[in-house]
Amino acid sequence: MPIMSIEDFSFTYASAPARSLSNINLPIQKNCITSLIGPSGCGKSTLLRSLNRMHDLYPNNEYEGKLMLLNQENNEMENILDIKRENEFIELRQRVGMIFQKPTPFPMSIFDNVAYGLRISGIKNKTELKDRVEDALKGSALFGEVSDRMNKSAMGLSGGQQQRLCIARAVALKPELLLFDEPTSALDPISTAAIEELIVELKKDISIAIVTHNMQQASRISDYTAFMYLGDLVEYGETEQIFLNPREKKTEDYITGRFG
Amino acid sequence: MRLLLNKIVLLLSTVSALIGLAFLAWILFTLVGKGLSSLHFSLFLNDLIDGGLRNLIVGQFIMAGIASLIGIPLGMMAGIYLQEYGSGRYVRLIRDLSDIMMSAPSIVIGAFVYAIVVVPMHGTSGIAGSIALSIMMIPIVINTTDNMLSLVPRELREAGIALGASKYRVILDIIIKAAKVGIMTGLLLSFARIIGETAPLLFTSETSNYFSVDLTEAYPSLTVSIYALANDPTSSSRDLAWAASFILTMMVLMINLLGRYITRKKG
Repeated sequence: MPIMSIEDFSFTYASAPARSLSNINLPIQKNCITSLIGPSGCGKSTLLRSLNRMHDLYPNNEYEGKLMLLNQENNEMENILDIKRENEFIELRQRVGMIFQKPTPFPMSIFDNVAYGLRISGIKNKTELKDRVEDALKGSALFGEVSDRMNKSAMGLSGGQQQRLCIARAVALKPELLLFDEPTSALDPISTAAIEELIVELKKDISIAIVTHNMQQASRISDYTAFMYLGDLVEYGETEQIFLNPREKKTEDYITGRFG
Repeated sequence: MRLLLNKIVLLLSTVSALIGLAFLAWILFTLVGKGLSSLHFSLFLNDLIDGGLRNLIVGQFIMAGIASLIGIPLGMMAGIYLQEYGSGRYVRLIRDLSDIMMSAPSIVIGAFVYAIVVVPMHGTSGIAGSIALSIMMIPIVINTTDNMLSLVPRELREAGIALGASKYRVILDIIIKAAKVGIMTGLLLSFARIIGETAPLLFTSETSNYFSVDLTEAYPSLTVSIYALANDPTSSSRDLAWAASFILTMMVLMINLLGRYITRKKG
C-alpha cells in the first residue's frame, strides 16, 4: 500500500521556460525504501523536494497534478497540493521529513538540535523532551557517541555524525515519510555504510524515498527503484527487476553505465 | 621585459605602502608623544570645568550608546528584511540607498539633524547628538547584517523549514545564531566608527563643561571638545586636547581589537 501516490504530477520552476517534471505517476510504498535514480538534471531532486512542498520557499514555482499523502488515521488519501495555511505546512513537514546532501547541524547544542522540531511542535515538558531526544539519538545509532556531550555544540561532530544527527532530528518528530536527498554524497565510505544501515533500520517505522547518484547504493538498500530521465519517469519497479531485467532500453543503458 | 615590469610594479607598490605607513606612524608617534606627556590620572576624575575629561568621556559613551540602542535594532531589522524577506527592485533600491548613506559626508548628517531636531527643540541637546550618530550607524549595521546573513548557507534555512519551523522562527533561532560572530564584530566596528565622530555632533549636541545626564541640553562630547580645545590659544588647553585625542584613539583602537579578537576566537 502506498503512503504517497504521485499522480500526473508536473512541476515548473519560476525561472525556467519549460516544465522540469512532466506527468509523473509513481507510488511511494509504505515501510519500503524507494530510490530515485537518473543522470544529473533528470528531475529526481526536484521531485523529492515537491513531496514536502520545499519549493514553496521560493516564489512562483508551479505544481500541477496531485500528490496524495495517506492519512493514517482514516486511511484516506489527501492531496498535499491543496495545502495553503501556515499551520498545515508545519504539519506536513513534520509528517514528511527531509535530510539534505550536506549535513546541516544548527549552531546549537546536540540536545537542542534534536529537540528543535519537538519544541516547534509544542512539546515543552522537560522529561518528555529528554526521552524523545534520547530515543531519536538511539534510533539513529548516535546516542553512544554523544551521550556524554549532549550540551556541547553540534558543530564539533564529524561529518558522518552530523548527518546522523540530522536524521535523529527528523526521526524525533516521528515522521511517516522521510525524504533523503543524496544523504551520503558528502561522506566517506565508512560513514556512508553507517547511514545506509541506519536507513534500512528506519524503514520498519518510516517509509523512505531516497535520491541517489550511486547506483550500488540504490541496489543495496532500496525495495523499489524509479529511473528518471529529462523530467520523465522512464521506468519504475522492484529494485531487482530494474537492475537485472529492465524493460526500457534507456534504463539498461544507464544502469550499465553507457551514459549518465 | 615582463620581469622588469614586475619589479617596477613591486617597487612602486612597496614605496606607496611605506609612504602610507610612514604617515600613520608619524600621527601615532606625535599623538603618543604629546598625549602621554599631558596624560594624568586626574583627567579621569575631574570634569572639563576643573581641567579634567571625565564628563566628556562619559558623555561621548552615553551618546554613542543611545545611538546604538536606536541604530542597532533598526539596522539589523532592515538587514534581515533585505536578506531574508525582500526581493527584486525594492531590495536593490534600499541597498543602494544604504550604501549612499554610508558614504554621505558626516557634516551633512549633522546639518540634517540640526534642521529636524535642534531647530524645533530650540537648542542643541544630547538627544540630537545621539540621533545624528544613529543615522551614521544605521547604514553600517544594515550592510553588516545583510552581508553576514548572506554567508549562511541556503541548506540551513531549508533544514529549519523541513522540521516544520516557520520562516521567522528559522531566522531567529538558526540563521542569526549562525551569523552571530560576524554580526557582533560588525556591530562593534560600527560602534568604534561613531564614537570617534565629530562632525555630526558639532552643531547637534555641541559640548558642555559640566557632567550631565540631562539629554535635552547641550551635552558633553569628547570629540567636539577636542575641536574646541585645539582652537584655544592657551597651552594648557592644547595639552588637554592632546590628552583627549590620545584617549579617544586608544578607545577606538581597543574596540577594534576586541572586534578582531572575537572574530579570531570564534570565527
